[in-house]
Amino acid sequence: MLVNFLIAVLVGATPLLLAATGELVTEKAGVLNLGVEGMMLAGAIAAFSVAHGTGWTSLGCVSAALAGVALSLVFAVLTLTLQANQTATGLALTIFGRGLSALLGAGYVGIAAPVLPKLHVWGLSDIPLIGPVIFGHDALVYLALAALAGVAWGIRRTQLGLVLRAVGDSHDAAHALGYDVVAIRYGAVMFGGAMAGLAGAYMSLAYTPLWAEDLTAGRGWVAVALVTFSAWRPLWLLLGAWFFGALMYLSLFVQGMGVAVPSALLSALPYIGTIVVLVLISRDSRLIRLNRPAMLGRPFLA
Amino acid sequence: MPSPGFFKIEKRGGESAFWRLAAPFLAVVLTALITGLIFALMGRPPGRTVWVFLVSPLLAKGGLAALAVKAAPLIMMGVGLSLAYRANVWNIGTEGQFTLGAICGGGVALALPDAGSWVFALMAVCGVLGGMAGGALVAVLRVKFNANEILTSLMLSYVFQYLLIYLVTGPWRDPQGFGFPQTPLFSDAASAPKLGGSGNLHLGVLLAPLLAVALWIMLEKSFLGFQFRVLGQSPRAARFAGFSEASLVWIAMLVSGGLAGLAGLFEVAGPVGQLTTKISPGYGFAAIIVAFLGRLNPLGAVAAGLLLALSFLGGDAAQIELGLPRAVTGIFQGILLFTLLACDVLLAHRVVWRRQRVA
Repeated sequence: MLVNFLIAVLVGATPLLLAATGELVTEKAGVLNLGVEGMMLAGAIAAFSVAHGTGWTSLGCVSAALAGVALSLVFAVLTLTLQANQTATGLALTIFGRGLSALLGAGYVGIAAPVLPKLHVWGLSDIPLIGPVIFGHDALVYLALAALAGVAWGIRRTQLGLVLRAVGDSHDAAHALGYDVVAIRYGAVMFGGAMAGLAGAYMSLAYTPLWAEDLTAGRGWVAVALVTFSAWRPLWLLLGAWFFGALMYLSLFVQGMGVAVPSALLSALPYIGTIVVLVLISRDSRLIRLNRPAMLGRPFLA
Repeated sequence: MPSPGFFKIEKRGGESAFWRLAAPFLAVVLTALITGLIFALMGRPPGRTVWVFLVSPLLAKGGLAALAVKAAPLIMMGVGLSLAYRANVWNIGTEGQFTLGAICGGGVALALPDAGSWVFALMAVCGVLGGMAGGALVAVLRVKFNANEILTSLMLSYVFQYLLIYLVTGPWRDPQGFGFPQTPLFSDAASAPKLGGSGNLHLGVLLAPLLAVALWIMLEKSFLGFQFRVLGQSPRAARFAGFSEASLVWIAMLVSGGLAGLAGLFEVAGPVGQLTTKISPGYGFAAIIVAFLGRLNPLGAVAAGLLLALSFLGGDAAQIELGLPRAVTGIFQGILLFTLLACDVLLAHRVVWRRQRVA
């Protein structure tokens, strides 16, 4: 049972971790992209249709990332080049992505695509308890953890990370130092798009066996919330994603035990949990003010 | 000084009054063109498809009445959002407040099945209060706990949707409904009063533009409206003037939530006639577009609500006549908001074309 719980938490946290890591980089550069849900859905349908058509899940993942980048570029052109409002453009991206995935996926509803293969490490995966929990997953689970670790290290320890933070905290200063603020933000937004696309691929190729409309069910928004409630700190992002994964498992597990709580109310639990944690963290306005990229959501015109 | 690109974007001195009105029209034209292009890529005849999507619903018998019925909830919600967005209160959870209004108002209809015709008034009041309660929750979290209203209002939408599913599959399910997830049909007394003998036109269709006018007067002509506009344009100035941000957030959430609740009540007491698991075809997000397309002006929201209503009818028409998935509606709406935001660049900026110089 403990093994099942730990596996479920890791698996449930993976799409959130992928999308939230991308959004973290985007926000660190001072750009608020609320279109994560839309980019995830676009990635999900790209991955599903390519994997279904070719039989290659790896190709599906690549196309998902590309689909995410394509949508993020629309956002970047509108907000960074044309100076459109970031909040409104992000919402438009979500609406568009939902429509796009529903339109392209209309013929796939109820159909299964190939599932991401689980990596089996000889010897290690057979260790009781630790084996299945740590070594028995598909590549995206490890990629999510590696990406977060890489981003955490990159933001703090590399020059690129320093420039990224400079752009996010004071774009005028970064510009004065000779950095191309808009180009760096384009890069950060595209990274966010690729990661959201991969998160979508995980949803359609690993998490849900059959295609369904709107299969991300608000996880893109949870990912955006995670970035805020981690107060832009990678370690807390990881804990937040695991917490949400645990809540989702709990709601399924309690339903399975036949407890007299109706299943629809239990399904609402992860969303309520997200609100509660968001509220608890936001109450500490000093924490938010200290860590929030100062230029978040502000347009920059050279 | 050499720099790449053929054009450059410069700030205008002020805001262009011409583009403020022209941008939505340009956006609609561009959206029709881009949608046509997408249809062409899908191997459909673009001209005919756009015609079926945007024009044929209006020519159909009873088409204008159907448009008005679809537009009513969109206008109500869009009007409320115009007010909220003016003050930079980003309520994007109107879908949830719509649902809560439908639950509260519909609950009254189910609790009093034999009541007289006064019951509809009670339902309307409860619908508004339900929507306001949904808005109030977001306001408390923002004002008292500093929680971002974009995220909380959206998360609450999922919570209220699950609450609706619980009610119509559980305690409120119609015992004679063959197990379908739906409540009994509302009684005649508990249905939205009809306008005229035939057709689906109901009281909400009349009420929506009246509410728009009322809110327009409030926003443009009253001191409260002035405070909203100042808070939206310059929070710092609003603070110096001593306007209370907290109370404006409260008002914005209560008004936009209450109007969404009323829209939900009219939808279930009008076209739907009962509570089911799916009472909204996506009005919540569409209402956001209504508010922006209407220039955050309640009167503009009336026109924009009609256009967005057309996109829902067009989705139905495209499905029936051309076999296209109804999701075309979502694509159209997304592109419409994109193109509008792009056209809005012309409000405060001008495009300067670079002449290519011959050396």
